[in-house]
Amino acid sequence: MVNDYEKVKAIVDRYGGKHDSVIAILQDVQSEYHYLPEHALRAVAVQLGLPLIQICGVATFFKAFSLKPRGEHTVTVCLGTACHVRGAPAVLDEVKRQLGIEPGNTTDDMRFTLETVNCLGACALGPILVVDGEYQGQMSSRKVKKTLSKYKKTPKDRRHEEIAVSG
Amino acid sequence: MKRLRSAVELEQLRVKILNERKPEKPCISICGGTGCHAYGCENVAKAFKNEIKRQGLSKQVELKVTGCHGFCERGPLMVLHPQKIFYQRVSPDDVSEIIAETVIKGNIIDRLLYVEPVSGEKAQFEEDVPFYKRQQRLVFGNNGLIDPTNIEDYLAIGGYSALSKVLFNMQPEEVIEEINKSGLRGRGGGGFPTGRKWESCRNALSSDGIRYVICNADEGDPGAYMDRSLLEGNPHSVMEGMVIGAYAVGAHDGYVYVRLEYPLALKNLGIALGQAREYGFLGQNILGSGFDFDVKISRGGGAFICGESTALMASLEGKVGEPRQKHIHTALQGLYSKPTNLNNVETWANVSLIINRGADWYSQIGTEGSKGTKIFSLVGKINNTGLVEVPMGIRLREIIYDIGGGIPRGKKFKAIQTGGPSGGCLPESLIDLPVDFDRLTKAGSMMGSGGMIVMDEGTCMVDIARYFVNFLTEESCGKCVPCREGLDRMLDILTDITEGRGKKGDIELLEELGGLLKESSLCALGTTASNPVLSTIKYFRAEYEAHIREKRCPAGVCKALITFMVDSEKCTGCGVCLRECPQEAIFGEKKKPHTIDQSKCIRCGLCRDSCKFEAIIVA
Repeated sequence: MVNDYEKVKAIVDRYGGKHDSVIAILQDVQSEYHYLPEHALRAVAVQLGLPLIQICGVATFFKAFSLKPRGEHTVTVCLGTACHVRGAPAVLDEVKRQLGIEPGNTTDDMRFTLETVNCLGACALGPILVVDGEYQGQMSSRKVKKTLSKYKKTPKDRRHEEIAVSG
Repeated sequence: MKRLRSAVELEQLRVKILNERKPEKPCISICGGTGCHAYGCENVAKAFKNEIKRQGLSKQVELKVTGCHGFCERGPLMVLHPQKIFYQRVSPDDVSEIIAETVIKGNIIDRLLYVEPVSGEKAQFEEDVPFYKRQQRLVFGNNGLIDPTNIEDYLAIGGYSALSKVLFNMQPEEVIEEINKSGLRGRGGGGFPTGRKWESCRNALSSDGIRYVICNADEGDPGAYMDRSLLEGNPHSVMEGMVIGAYAVGAHDGYVYVRLEYPLALKNLGIALGQAREYGFLGQNILGSGFDFDVKISRGGGAFICGESTALMASLEGKVGEPRQKHIHTALQGLYSKPTNLNNVETWANVSLIINRGADWYSQIGTEGSKGTKIFSLVGKINNTGLVEVPMGIRLREIIYDIGGGIPRGKKFKAIQTGGPSGGCLPESLIDLPVDFDRLTKAGSMMGSGGMIVMDEGTCMVDIARYFVNFLTEESCGKCVPCREGLDRMLDILTDITEGRGKKGDIELLEELGGLLKESSLCALGTTASNPVLSTIKYFRAEYEAHIREKRCPAGVCKALITFMVDSEKCTGCGVCLRECPQEAIFGEKKKPHTIDQSKCIRCGLCRDSCKFEAIIVA
């Protein structure tokens, strides 16, 4: 935990400990941990000399922040208007069914986190599904299963399996 | 690079850059906008780079990855200068042929040309493509000419000459007068006269003289991405506008508030800021004029409401992004309670144009109350998805049919939604409406930031109203009661209607709630939030009534009100749908028409998506 405290402190120091940098600090903390752990929020509050409630207020107000740990892959369904009229709701329904979770949640095996976004501005390709930043355009509910199956096994998994076997 | 210390040094540098460039040298300009990125344009660019190197042509041929060219539908796009030969749907496999045939021999490759779907005519040059032909790309057109990460490209097309003119030949008051005369109105949605905003900010009292300028790049409207494309493709044009604005209002500190989902815009803007500082267009003593100004980039936190000026400023101060009442304008008391001038990306990008070519020239473009051009993002059920820049006053029909190429698959046009989630839906009877700030508002919609979502007969207007209200319910900050509770109630009613629980009086209640929101909400999100509902009721009332009285969705969208059926005439019994159905609701013998068990069907639509014979019908 000492290490973690130092990690957060380094981030806060980068912004000169200024109160108006709360959002930027939390963004950097989140890119470090992929979510905002409680201890980090507490550390930010202490170091900035702000009440914890104010930090939590910001952390829960903005969509960019997650208070829950996130999965290995992030699946994002674009729900912009252009994607909506081209059938994004059906795509989202299918993703929900395939992963068995609602948007904002992570599968129990910590493999996938499902999110929605209001628009990615790549409307020509709508409906769009994004997996780990990779755009999968002209999506349909039928293509969802195949698209996700590519991510069910990654090199990292296989490495884990190998380690498990050799261990 | 040594910082430039005078207007003369800037012009000397410009001459030097232009002398080093040969206009006749072939230049391959590849669109690197987010749309083309999604199509894999970076692989095309990589292939060109390798091929140019392999053939030892590095000195003879220039390669440029630029910002968005606008015609997202046909990406990846490339234009070969100086002839402006236009190729679309370019893949890495085409690259060696393009170099050998077009770049070296000057031959056109037929299959890469754009074909006009109706006439079948091929367009060889960019200006012949109907999508571009009817546009007036004053602000956006430079995107295809410059590498956004190279400030010299911007200088080569006359960049920062407006800034130099302002700093050395104009008093701040004269700049404001020029902007006032041009008739420029805010492109972010409100349409407030820009010059007047600058004037109030300049004249506002500040005890310590501190003033701020802000660029609002928190483009949150779904289906609108012109601001991002400007920031990605031509960040210096936005920067130049900001420095001019800062000089006019007397500010020395500026902020650009960028939406988090725009990583490429953040990156290119960051590079542009660095270069502008290095060359002396930002920082202390800009161009040796004695004027100081610098800009900080702030990343948004992913809240739609932060596009509202007071919420954005709260967020910049590190607080929760809640708006406040605007009985005192932000021009008088904004960021840290100091006079603050906030404009949107596109507004800033118009400034240098007005200074360079004059307010008289600018104000000839457009309509009486709305001057200049506007960039729209034309998306949805439209053949040519993309960004279009047109003079104010153009008719919707010209945008949809002449530029947009009409509706795909021969479907019928139903409505166009303008102005983002708080805009309205306009029906076919208004298709000849000239597009400007006042006329859109009068018709029950608004300009907003310029999203235009085209809808065809397969779009349910009640579902669309529900979609926007759902969006706004989630994005409402919750500070004021009418917006927080009113939207929630409207969403309940609309959900009931789309799920078959609509009852008599619902439409009237929606109208009453909508009126209430308009009158009593704290900020513009709430006061305009009922537009999508009120405009769809106004123009598509019969569709609401079909949902409520007949429990029927005429467009075949609302799941609870539709049934999937097999057309036994068309069904060949191939069995694909039977295998796809996750509910095992489809049964039937091979090579004989299948049937759907309605008690098991969850209306996911997989059968319809998978059927090659269009044998699944929705009723």
